[in-house]
Amino acid sequence: MSINSIWVYAEGSDVPTALTLEMLTKARELSSDVCAIVGGDAAAMAGALGAHGVSKVYATGDLGGSLPGIPVASALAALIDGGTSPDAIFFGQTYEARDVASRLSVMLDQPLVTNNTDARVDGDTLVCDEPVFGGTKTLSTAFRNEGVKLALFRPKSFEPAETGGGAAEVVSIDVPESGEAKIVARHVEERSGPQLDVAPIVVAGGRGMGSVENFAMVEELSSLLNAAPGASRAIVDAGWVPYAYQVGQTGKVVKPDVYIACGISGATQHLVGMKGSKTIIAINKDEEAPIFGVADLGIVGDINKVMPALIEAIKSAS
Amino acid sequence: MKVAVCVKQIPDPAVPGELDPSTNTLNRDDKLILDESDSFGVELALQLVEAAGGGSVTLVSMAPRSEVSGLRTALAMGADDAVLVSDDALAGTDALGTAKVLGAALGRVEPDLILAGVESSDGYTGTVPEQIAGVMGIASVTFAKKIEASDGMLSIQRQTDDGYDEVTCPMPALVSVTGGVVEPRYPSFKGIMAAKKKPVDQVGIADLGIDASAVGFAGSRQETVAVVDAEAREAGEIVIDEGEGFQRIADFLAELKVI
Repeated sequence: MSINSIWVYAEGSDVPTALTLEMLTKARELSSDVCAIVGGDAAAMAGALGAHGVSKVYATGDLGGSLPGIPVASALAALIDGGTSPDAIFFGQTYEARDVASRLSVMLDQPLVTNNTDARVDGDTLVCDEPVFGGTKTLSTAFRNEGVKLALFRPKSFEPAETGGGAAEVVSIDVPESGEAKIVARHVEERSGPQLDVAPIVVAGGRGMGSVENFAMVEELSSLLNAAPGASRAIVDAGWVPYAYQVGQTGKVVKPDVYIACGISGATQHLVGMKGSKTIIAINKDEEAPIFGVADLGIVGDINKVMPALIEAIKSAS
Repeated sequence: MKVAVCVKQIPDPAVPGELDPSTNTLNRDDKLILDESDSFGVELALQLVEAAGGGSVTLVSMAPRSEVSGLRTALAMGADDAVLVSDDALAGTDALGTAKVLGAALGRVEPDLILAGVESSDGYTGTVPEQIAGVMGIASVTFAKKIEASDGMLSIQRQTDDGYDEVTCPMPALVSVTGGVVEPRYPSFKGIMAAKKKPVDQVGIADLGIDASAVGFAGSRQETVAVVDAEAREAGEIVIDEGEGFQRIADFLAELKVI
């Protein structure tokens, strides 16, 4: 068996997410036959998916408020058990796709390989690369299973590119199991200013900020630089800022032009989410902090002295 | 209400991790501790049982060498007992195999609700909780930041990219919880003393009816074929602040044409 066909689990509402288009681009590089799967209605996305090389979209149609894990996985398992199977399926490392991939892995009794940032075909199997230890090492994992290979990819791993193809054909698929977990209401927390995952400048704070009150300095510096404020998992866990601020393994992966890390030590979990930034500036009192290992400019000093002075300097410069 | 909590015992995250060169898996030879991200599940379980007016909290863990240090920490917080799966055959087990083992162990506990962290702090595949629910054939909700239980139903706030969803789900169910949802209690001295006497049921895979070929390196059907150093960033400039650190940053931002 070789890797001749790849399906990509496509996410998005009206337009596919950036991660979906990234994975499609990679899938096309590895295989000539690329299809998409949509857990929901695919009509709005068929054009954009086609433009990124998708010939066919398998769509479940509206899931009636069910969390997608069980219904989408059961639809895919039925399709695959019925003989329509790709050699590999790509999923994003996202809330929904992780659930679908996990359920499908159990239904098909197939392994999955997570947190990948690259993939290649080696002989008759798929090999995936995962950054480990804060991205200082890359682990390559080869699938050794018979049957479909389930791989999950981290955001911002590939550059999306269009092929200029026409709209993809939408094929409805049956959903054998609907699942009992139902969404009864949705709440959107509005955030003003630049979006964290696309902002050209990010200013992020960590436990070294000392207190939730001090996080205001991160917000102020962000607004002065027209940057998006971010946070390490430590202070999200501590309840200082909402989860939407989190940069890291869990949370957002960011690759801005400038990343300013304030009081962030640089745990593996955080480094993986921001190491791809073009320029990194770090302020931390601990000279040994791992963040200095990736910083282009590191200031070893007290946040409470450096940040207010920096904020004043920028104010008087503008 | 009977709540089970999946807890992972991991190498101390403060110590730089390393791979075992012979197997390319994470070295877990040193003492293991409770994964901090699992302490939220333990706290939530204790609160839910209190709110329900009674019940029990059982920990379920899989670890090498009959490791109990992390379990004792969670028992000291107030969990009642624990099931520990430890078996030499489990070395190298992948996410799906881990879910099969934990699913079998949880099946013996017969809980109304199973809580787990969203992902561990050492392996962070983030798939095991949902896979456990799949193995057990029960409903599940991942990324929960708030849970209420009444009349056999769960009301959950589930984290999303731009806010949260309100989700309902019947029990039995598995729910994975994000960090920061609750403030995990510190074990009291009394709790620590009591934890030493709490029962830890130690089982092997044969006790769970799992064949050795389905787990471990053999059962994982994936193989680490290479570990290489990633391209390192060029070493940057490190400045010890003596009052001028802010100016160096401002100058650098000006060089970058940010200001």
